[in-house]
Amino acid sequence: MSSTELRHTALDAVHRSLGATMTDFAGWDMPLRYGSERDEHLAVRTRAGLFDLSHMGEITVTGAEAAALLDFALVGNIASVGVGRARYTMICRADGGILDDLIVYRLAETEYMVVANASNAQVVLDALAERAAGFDAEVRDDRDAYALIAVQGPESPGILKSLTDADLDGLKYYAGLPGTVAGVPALIARTGYTGEDGFELFVKPEHAVRLWQALTAAGEGVGLVPCGLSCRDTLRLEAGMPLYGHELSTSLTPFDAGLGRVVKFEKDGDFVGREALAQAAERAASEPPRVLVGLIAEGRRVPRAGYAVVAGGRVIGEVTSGAPSPTLGKPIAMAYVDAAHAASGTEGVGVDIRGSHEPYEVVALPFYKRQK
Amino acid sequence: MNNPQQLRYSKEHEWLSAADADGVATVGITEFAANALGDVVFAQLPEVGAAVTAGDSCGELESTKSVSDLYSPVTGEVVEANQDVVDDPSLVNSAPFEGGWLFKVRVSAEPADLMSTDEYTAFTAGEES
Repeated sequence: MSSTELRHTALDAVHRSLGATMTDFAGWDMPLRYGSERDEHLAVRTRAGLFDLSHMGEITVTGAEAAALLDFALVGNIASVGVGRARYTMICRADGGILDDLIVYRLAETEYMVVANASNAQVVLDALAERAAGFDAEVRDDRDAYALIAVQGPESPGILKSLTDADLDGLKYYAGLPGTVAGVPALIARTGYTGEDGFELFVKPEHAVRLWQALTAAGEGVGLVPCGLSCRDTLRLEAGMPLYGHELSTSLTPFDAGLGRVVKFEKDGDFVGREALAQAAERAASEPPRVLVGLIAEGRRVPRAGYAVVAGGRVIGEVTSGAPSPTLGKPIAMAYVDAAHAASGTEGVGVDIRGSHEPYEVVALPFYKRQK
Repeated sequence: MNNPQQLRYSKEHEWLSAADADGVATVGITEFAANALGDVVFAQLPEVGAAVTAGDSCGELESTKSVSDLYSPVTGEVVEANQDVVDDPSLVNSAPFEGGWLFKVRVSAEPADLMSTDEYTAFTAGEES
């Protein structure tokens, strides 16, 4: 895609004035990093980071049967989500293959906001619209209605508190409430993709610059830095969070990805993929497929997506994401490996890094868990 | 970005110092290249005594996002590799033209297309747009 076709967020001019290195991400021209991605990563772990995530795809579902539609269309129990709460869930095909992973916010009794990955937003929108047939519910494309700014890291509650009267102490992880931040109306959500405490703020695009600047000023004294997608990727990798297109795809069910817990068979009524997913659950229990594990390098060469995982000269798996971990100081990876080699501490596992078999330690995910 | 005047440059974004009395020149990557890579986390440099050929891969630089081949801008024999960079690859980012140099080579032949500072600055301006 040429640069003329790329979409730009409401914060584009801000990123350029900050000297960001930009990258094409799912058709959006997004900040990859502003300075050192390692410094940005460590700022989020120890202080706070500010992200433009306006490429994420918001879809609003409203109507008397909004909950019933989402229970049919998604694998989670969406009717059970309380107003003001959020849920991590997935949308699957009839054959159980994952179309996307999602966060669903219940904004009101009959109003939900579904947040999809930028690369899948159109697919999710089309699937929801198709699955809405026969339900008293409206599916609305709100991708252009929101800018999304995240402030993540241990200092983020203090930074946000200085700009809002909203009850942040009462706002739990995976909850969201409407409020005012720096004078602009915002949906304040305590969610993120970094493994740290933090917030995601959904605002009108015309308010994005004002909010960004207010957060920048409020965070100045505590070391808040602007952060690009490069460190977002290493932060989520350390936190063991899957990324669509890497750990998740249409050729895998949630059970194959070790995330079968998001599938709620006990909910009322049928849902798309139920039959195939029930079989996938049985399969996962009786003859485990490849298992998603963590790998930590003993050396310094970095595993990349697509590299073969090997043991005894045989290919036993494949790396799905890999990067140097700023927190561990070593290269790390997520990989699908044969069940026989998936236990933590399994000996003799390596990664084929351009022809050389480098030794790796098998560990359970995540690599990093914050101290609460 | 200031590319030092006393160096010459390859299209692969390596710089080459003027050879000393023994015919030994220093090689590194430019600030432009270091910025494009992002944080360098691993450097595999050619070994002392290795024969390198202009335009051929002689090592690797790994950054957060990718791995890149390191090319030799000239043909010759490696006489020193920068152990400081092996121990702390971030030197390539913080001081690409100084402490982040990569290896020294006794030059036996150099290609005709090495660029002057002004030529290289113009070359990278074209790549940026």
